[in-house]
Amino acid sequence: MSRIGEAFKDGKAFISFVTGGDPTLAVTQELILAMQEAGADLIEIGIPFSDPVAEGPVIQEANERALAAGCTTDRLFDALEGIRDKVRVPLVFLTYVNPIFTYGKEAFMKRCVEAGVDGLIVPDLPYEEKSELSGACEEYGVDLISMVAPTSRERISMIASEAKGFVYCVSSLGVTGVRSEIRTDVGEIVKLVKESTDTPCAIGFGIATPDQAEKMARLADGAIVGSAIVKLVAKHGADSIGPVADYVREMKAAVRRA
Amino acid sequence: MTEEKKGRFGPYGGQYIPETLMNAVRELEEAYEHYKNDPDFQAELADLYRNYAGRPSLLYYAEKMTRDLGGAKIYLKREDLNHTGSHKINNVLGQVLLAKKMGKTRVIAETGAGQHGVATATAAALMDMECEVFMGKEDTERQALNVYRMELLGAKVNAVESGTMTLKDAVNETMREWTRRMDDTLYVLGSVMGPHPFPTIVRDFQKIIGKEIREQILEKEGRLPDAVVACVGGGSNAMGAFYEFIPDTSVRLIGCEAAGLGVDDPKNAATMANGTLGVFHGMKSLFCQDEYGQIAPVYSISAGLDYPGIGPEHAELARTGRAEYVPVTDDEAVDAFEYLSRTEGIIPAVESAHAVAYARKLAPSMGKDQLLVINISGRGDKDVAAIARYRGVKIDE
Repeated sequence: MSRIGEAFKDGKAFISFVTGGDPTLAVTQELILAMQEAGADLIEIGIPFSDPVAEGPVIQEANERALAAGCTTDRLFDALEGIRDKVRVPLVFLTYVNPIFTYGKEAFMKRCVEAGVDGLIVPDLPYEEKSELSGACEEYGVDLISMVAPTSRERISMIASEAKGFVYCVSSLGVTGVRSEIRTDVGEIVKLVKESTDTPCAIGFGIATPDQAEKMARLADGAIVGSAIVKLVAKHGADSIGPVADYVREMKAAVRRA
Repeated sequence: MTEEKKGRFGPYGGQYIPETLMNAVRELEEAYEHYKNDPDFQAELADLYRNYAGRPSLLYYAEKMTRDLGGAKIYLKREDLNHTGSHKINNVLGQVLLAKKMGKTRVIAETGAGQHGVATATAAALMDMECEVFMGKEDTERQALNVYRMELLGAKVNAVESGTMTLKDAVNETMREWTRRMDDTLYVLGSVMGPHPFPTIVRDFQKIIGKEIREQILEKEGRLPDAVVACVGGGSNAMGAFYEFIPDTSVRLIGCEAAGLGVDDPKNAATMANGTLGVFHGMKSLFCQDEYGQIAPVYSISAGLDYPGIGPEHAELARTGRAEYVPVTDDEAVDAFEYLSRTEGIIPAVESAHAVAYARKLAPSMGKDQLLVINISGRGDKDVAAIARYRGVKIDE
């Protein structure tokens, strides 16, 4: 089992997301440690990209703030290396193909290992193109995490059977962002995933309230929350550590009730 | 050029899009593979080209320009005479007809200057489809007339306020909209770019330009041209003009990209001159970007060439050396805009003026017995106010 698998060992997992460098890398470091203390089982860190096509407005704006504040892939790696000794939970990056490809796949994976990053979520890398990165990922032991969507249907078994780390189950059509209600039959998608793999399956996109998190965690092995946390960061900036920790604690408790 | 593997042009192309869209592009690919060989579909499209768009467009012998430049015999392919005033109509009639056959009731499109948006809104009006166009907020202000034109045609225009608020952001937002709603909606992409199968579909609907050039020049001159020159942003009019000539290696194919204030000035959009290999907007190709893969804000006086990437098949034509790509600055394009207006009484789109500008340099270096074809991809009415501003003349549209 990879380190990512360990996040799902003690019951349902709560997975939290922050955009690296929003509003500063120092705050990102503090947020990661605070979310870990508050009970996050796995932490996703967004590498800011100029054109994040899978993101809704909240995370788009976080990307813009981080880039404007001078965050680069190298500086983000440095920041993670700086807290590596204190991080116990697995970390995964969420970013697009281009920042990885342009950095150089091998060089990127090497730095992931040095910074303690265990996996990659790359929303614009579907199954058919995954060989773009999978070779380098395997060589360095970085899990390339697969995504399934409400439109995946007959593609689910193909995707799930080769999944590494965990399967990211996209709850809804469209882009990331808080939704008042998740209408898709996400339970059915998870069922199809489970038919093809023992790799854990977590649900993301649109989850913001403890109630939603509990519901989704009941259907799968974990719940992923991004935009709701990024909203707190947008609102409180450098003072967001407390509010984010409180929120993560509440959401973790909800997930554990599932 | 045929794809070596599905959706690839050498190392370029591919399908780098969210999983949510994968079945939508596969559905499009299957429908296209079916209808491209369907005689009824092709007959319907041919009828639209002839009786609605006004094809074939003229191949006009530019006698005064030829005499003035003193070199090659110059012909202009008059895509500016098409309905809606540019080559964009060729692609949208094909794609909106395809959408209709697929049972879709709604089309969405990105637009820069508004030419592709206007063309899509036009085809949607004709074929009773709902239409929404995404346009960078900055472009909606620069091209307010085109916004109203699209609305007049029944389309809804969404001003995109993310990122640089220009064409690339309009593409992002149209992609996002497609991931929200694909059951009844087809994304009608405007250039030979994006994920497979768009670069192939758009090229196939545009290749009629080169097919006509070949027939017309053979009829007039009894032989193939020595060079075909076209402007390149994403590259649809150039790919349309080049495609039929790719096997004929005696025909030089020259794409003219927007160098803005100059290739060494940060304000340019010259992807071939300055771009590097990357993955963006669903494709692997060349892009203007920084060392970390952040897509660069690009600039050109021409909103239609103001794009940080280039279609994957162009990247491959450049890699193999089959086509050449040259940068043309704002200044050169504006001079050419005025030159063609005064010399031939034809006001070209500022995009097409980039091709005219390079032809002015090329023609004198060619022999009088040589033939040069310039693709006039669109008409310049839309640019008159901007050119006036460029020359310091203040007029209201």
